[in-house]
Amino acid sequence: MAELSAVLATTHHPFFLKATELTPPEERIPQAAEWKRKVEAYRETLTAAQPDILVMVGADHFHQFFHDNYPTFLIGKQPTYDATFYNEEREFSIPKYVLDGHEELSGFMLQGLLDRGFDFSVSHELKIDHSIICPIITTRPDADLPIVPIYTNIFAPPLPSPKRFWDLGRAIRSIIDEYPSDKKIAAVGSGHLSLELGGPRQFGETGPDPVFDRNAIEWLANGDIDAILANVTHESMSGAGNATHGFMDLILMMGIAGPEKAAYVDNLDLFHTMEAYFTWYPNGDPRKDGAR
Amino acid sequence: MSKYFVNKFLFQIDRDPELLAAYKDDPGALVEHWEASLGRQLGNGDPVERTTWLSFEPEERRALVEHDYVALFEMGAHFFLCLTIFIAIYDEDYAASQGPLSFQREYATKLSHWLGNDYPTVAL
Ligand SMILES: [Fe+2]
Repeated sequence: MAELSAVLATTHHPFFLKATELTPPEERIPQAAEWKRKVEAYRETLTAAQPDILVMVGADHFHQFFHDNYPTFLIGKQPTYDATFYNEEREFSIPKYVLDGHEELSGFMLQGLLDRGFDFSVSHELKIDHSIICPIITTRPDADLPIVPIYTNIFAPPLPSPKRFWDLGRAIRSIIDEYPSDKKIAAVGSGHLSLELGGPRQFGETGPDPVFDRNAIEWLANGDIDAILANVTHESMSGAGNATHGFMDLILMMGIAGPEKAAYVDNLDLFHTMEAYFTWYPNGDPRKDGAR
Repeated sequence: MSKYFVNKFLFQIDRDPELLAAYKDDPGALVEHWEASLGRQLGNGDPVERTTWLSFEPEERRALVEHDYVALFEMGAHFFLCLTIFIAIYDEDYAASQGPLSFQREYATKLSHWLGNDYPTVAL
């Protein structure tokens, strides 16, 4: 059976590359060096797990999908994926990528999800946006592994509940555990802590709700799904910032790991957002055990 | 009220460099043109199939023509689509004259009367 060698839940910040490598050092924002250092340290947590395949979780930001037909949950099943839309290149200077896909695991995942009561949509012409490319840039910049992309709706209400995201993560975990393969699989997903876009709290000195951010980091670090389900609702997320619902993709990732303490936790208080980085090793910490 | 049609406009203009440039230069003409052409094509530009029943309310059309993102926020147009398209139109000019993020901060300030209140829903 396949081995789930790491689960990563990360915030995604589309300006990372622009703020660091694409700007000459003397013109960078003051936090750029620390940001880069933290991202590179976080990258090591994935590298150490020696994955062969990446199951990626993100959310299309109205790049491919629109209100005429917005999927609640969708999986890509393709040999290859193009990435980065024109308007992301324009705004964030994110380069274009071509990523390999893992069609066999996509198919196994889709069937497993249907069998578990998650009636997914499937795309055979999915283009990847920054919710998946940002974590590729930060955690696997060579973009050299085949991916299985999973998209969730955190954008076009009505949205699924936080509990549903957790349950979906649990289902994905059981499917990975059953996948008949000797490959190592890592799951890497991105979302947000408190976030405001296009509203009065956008682009402040901190994220819109530092209290939410502190709690959220603690809940994820401790694998405390009970606290999350007791405290996090669509309304409470709206109260923390109008785009905070991306937090549900971090809940999903913790669902893949299970209600366990994370092996690696870091965060960075940036202008207008709190960035946070979590890694779980469900089958043992490779940084302690050596290569397995 | 057609929030859907307003969002469709923002979605389609933002993803097309030529339409975006026209929306910056002559928003009145571009909005009129879009409403009669691409906006009525099923989905994202079907060559044949038409959606016959969608149109803007006068206030929606006015807000789009005047780049009035406060009015768009208040009618529940999607915050991500609004922010992205008006950054595309204004950010560079603002940043050059008033520094980085100055447009985004002015945008926030113009919406500051919503602080502490429930925002208009973006649900359709
Ligand atoms: Fe995002």
